[in-house]
Amino acid sequence: MKVTIDGIEIDVPKGTTILQAARMIGPEVAPPAMCYYSKLKTTGGYCRTCIVKVTQGSTANPNPMPKPVASCRTEVMDGMVVENYTNNDVLEARKGVVEFLLINHPLDCPVCDQAGECKLQDLGYENGSAKTRYEFKRREYEMIDIGDKIKLHMNRCILCYRCVKTAEQITDGRVHGVIHRGDAAEISTYIEKVIDNDFSGNVIDVCPVGALTDRTFRFKQRVWFTKPVDAHRNCDKCSGKTRVWLKGEEVVRVTARKDQWDEVEEFICNSCRYDHKKTSDWVIEGPSPIHRSSVISQNHYQNLNELKVNILKQQKALGFIPFDKKP
Amino acid sequence: MGRKLLIQNDKVPGIETLAVYKAHGGYASVEKALKSMTPDQVTEEVKKSGLRGRGGAGFPTGMKWSFLAKPEGVPRYLVCNADESEPGTFKDRYLMEKIPHALIEGMITSSYALGANQSYIYIRGEYFYVSRILETAIAEAYAAGLLGKNILGTNYSLELSVQVGGGAYICGEETALLESLEGKRGNPRIKPPFPAVAGLWGCPTVVNNVETIAAVCPIVMMGGEEYAKIGIGKSTGTKLISASGHINKPGVYEIELGVPVEEFIYSEEYCGGIRNGKKLKAVVAGGSSVPILPTELILKTAKGEPRLMTYESLADGGFQTGTMLGSGGFIVMDEDTSIVKNLFTFSRFYHHESCGQCSPCREGTGWMEKILKKFLNGTANESDVDLLWDIQSKIEGKTICPLGEAAAWPVAAAIRHFKHEFIEIAKNKKFVDISHYERLNKIRV
Ligand SMILES: Cc1cc2nc3c(=O)[nH]c(=O)nc-3n(C[C@H](O)[C@H](O)[C@H](O)COP(=O)(O)O)c2cc1C
Ligand code: SF4
Ligand code: SF4
Ligand code: SF4
Ligand code: FES
Repeated sequence: MKVTIDGIEIDVPKGTTILQAARMIGPEVAPPAMCYYSKLKTTGGYCRTCIVKVTQGSTANPNPMPKPVASCRTEVMDGMVVENYTNNDVLEARKGVVEFLLINHPLDCPVCDQAGECKLQDLGYENGSAKTRYEFKRREYEMIDIGDKIKLHMNRCILCYRCVKTAEQITDGRVHGVIHRGDAAEISTYIEKVIDNDFSGNVIDVCPVGALTDRTFRFKQRVWFTKPVDAHRNCDKCSGKTRVWLKGEEVVRVTARKDQWDEVEEFICNSCRYDHKKTSDWVIEGPSPIHRSSVISQNHYQNLNELKVNILKQQKALGFIPFDKKP
Repeated sequence: MGRKLLIQNDKVPGIETLAVYKAHGGYASVEKALKSMTPDQVTEEVKKSGLRGRGGAGFPTGMKWSFLAKPEGVPRYLVCNADESEPGTFKDRYLMEKIPHALIEGMITSSYALGANQSYIYIRGEYFYVSRILETAIAEAYAAGLLGKNILGTNYSLELSVQVGGGAYICGEETALLESLEGKRGNPRIKPPFPAVAGLWGCPTVVNNVETIAAVCPIVMMGGEEYAKIGIGKSTGTKLISASGHINKPGVYEIELGVPVEEFIYSEEYCGGIRNGKKLKAVVAGGSSVPILPTELILKTAKGEPRLMTYESLADGGFQTGTMLGSGGFIVMDEDTSIVKNLFTFSRFYHHESCGQCSPCREGTGWMEKILKKFLNGTANESDVDLLWDIQSKIEGKTICPLGEAAAWPVAAAIRHFKHEFIEIAKNKKFVDISHYERLNKIRV
């Protein structure tokens, strides 16, 4: 099936979504995706950041689609023509979505462990507007410990449902889901019941923001001062292929490896994630490939100083009142 | 007097019982369909009738039925949408409460046409007392051999169940309804797949409104062509309108589609005019989500033609100067009504009812409500009008389900036609009394 995205044509198999087709072409046309996750089933459709305009439905039915569509949930048709970055309405609509995602977001990046690898920071930086128009009190929740390894900081959650689908699909016995509705909806583990199974830690990796963080890593180190390396070990629960984050000789955290789109390549078990924090536990393969969206990538935010300036700029724009480095 | 096909016997004593209902010609369509027609013939009559969905969208029912996938060995379901939660809409309740057998008869005839052997009526939680009326009527129908195995001695069998929801507007959206019916959280599904292919428990399913299903009975009895002669153009048949607001005679009326709006508001047969001798200011013609229109545009189209109670005439002029027939929730406002305050009520509702799945609706509905509240407590600025306009435009068309639009349209229409009221309030920092909301808000802000 032939599909044209922002003027670039590509041939893709039936069943491919617009987002997947765009990713095949490359980052220059791929829409941002905050909720879709190719490694999980039935994700996508929620955040609406990936919306695009279909200006021609297919060769057979050349009519445009009346509304913008979620590219992660729309399959391509032969002869479809899609506009993403080349369409001003799309950019304007996306700016709206980003604003919606930020109006209740605390923007406490200086004290957030996700800073530097946060998809929302990237999104705000690349697609947002410089000034907030929201003047009301932001939503606030208490922080919750989900067991001794995971922290849920609901203020930062964008309700992308990725952790819910992870809990549903790769851990057994889901005790994790959404309660309440509308803007009062929250992620819950059914009254803080501990997620306790071998793969629960993966919810940390799929979370695009700092809502689910690794308690064993929290506030230890800024990611940009650590060195990620790909490593492996013999593991009887998972593939044992991980990314080990080093500070000097110390292993400060272990995560799954992520691909170009910041998605986990293979989910890893909790034993690899939490119980093997010595360099001697791991066979180091070499430095991890650094992708475009990472702050560690030099060409993304030029340099760290600029990143800091940008974070500050965003906070200022969003009316963030700096406070002490205490969480 | 217009013809009535649905609630002509609503005042007959005992019409809620099977015996009286039958004595007035009830269940004749079951008899006729099951004994002398094939399922496809019934569908064909519905197609010919031009019947359009009475739940709000007005989609042709016969066409919807013909889209139903029919793979071998897979059950199909008919689900009746009795969630009726759109503010201003209370016609389904009236029908079910007064003449429960009319819905059950429609369910049997329609299920037969679709080849469904198990059907459901999903009813909103607040209608618990109506669900009891339905349960009683269903028990009567089972006892009379109208439900269950081998109905009326034919080889068609049907089980019919009532499921009471928890009372959420969003569960009226058909895929959220199906989720809820399956026992899950009532979140709308992301489409495709559509229910006609994968609906209840992944099986092909038709979801229809109460009134749509009840209308199948007269269609089978009189024939699709005869039915199509009632009404104008593509707006065929009769429609239940629930009229409320500042009128002399609020209530549920069955009209032949095509009655002029002016006649509907002012004639003694229907609303009986504006109460207390006041002047008409505006109408929300089809339930709270459809655009509000000021007097001059609701009585006449922009072209100066009389506005009629049809899908087409009400929509004439698009959203610039028109509106929608929607679910038939006809809300009339007199000259003393504050459009801004009314809009706050609507926006508060949509904020409260958003399921929260998608960002624009989850965040945008609450934001709009907060801004509208500023108008009410005298702290709004003129620029807030433009902000409201921009927010609604960023919700509309960008959400998973149409609740986003339902929340955006009333805001857009109020600003489009009554911007001066917003500006005046902002300029004069007027305070609108909302103490009754404050009391309500103790329940949830
Ligand atoms: C938020 C929302 C609420 C809805 N509520 C109802 C309802 O209460 N009753 C109803 O019949 N349709 C409702 N609908 C429309 C249904 O999704 C569906 O279109 C309808 O039940 C189809 O029946 P019809 O073709 O007979 O009209 C709602 C739609 C949305 C988006
Ligand atoms: S989640 Fe991202 S945007 Fe939010 S505070 Fe953390 S780093 Fe900042
Ligand atoms: S906690 Fe993270 S992964 Fe889960 S819904 Fe919120 S943002 Fe998404
Ligand atoms: S539009 Fe609103 S109600 Fe519909 S799915 Fe999105 S958040 Fe839920
Ligand atoms: S990535 Fe497509 S809607 Fe979120």
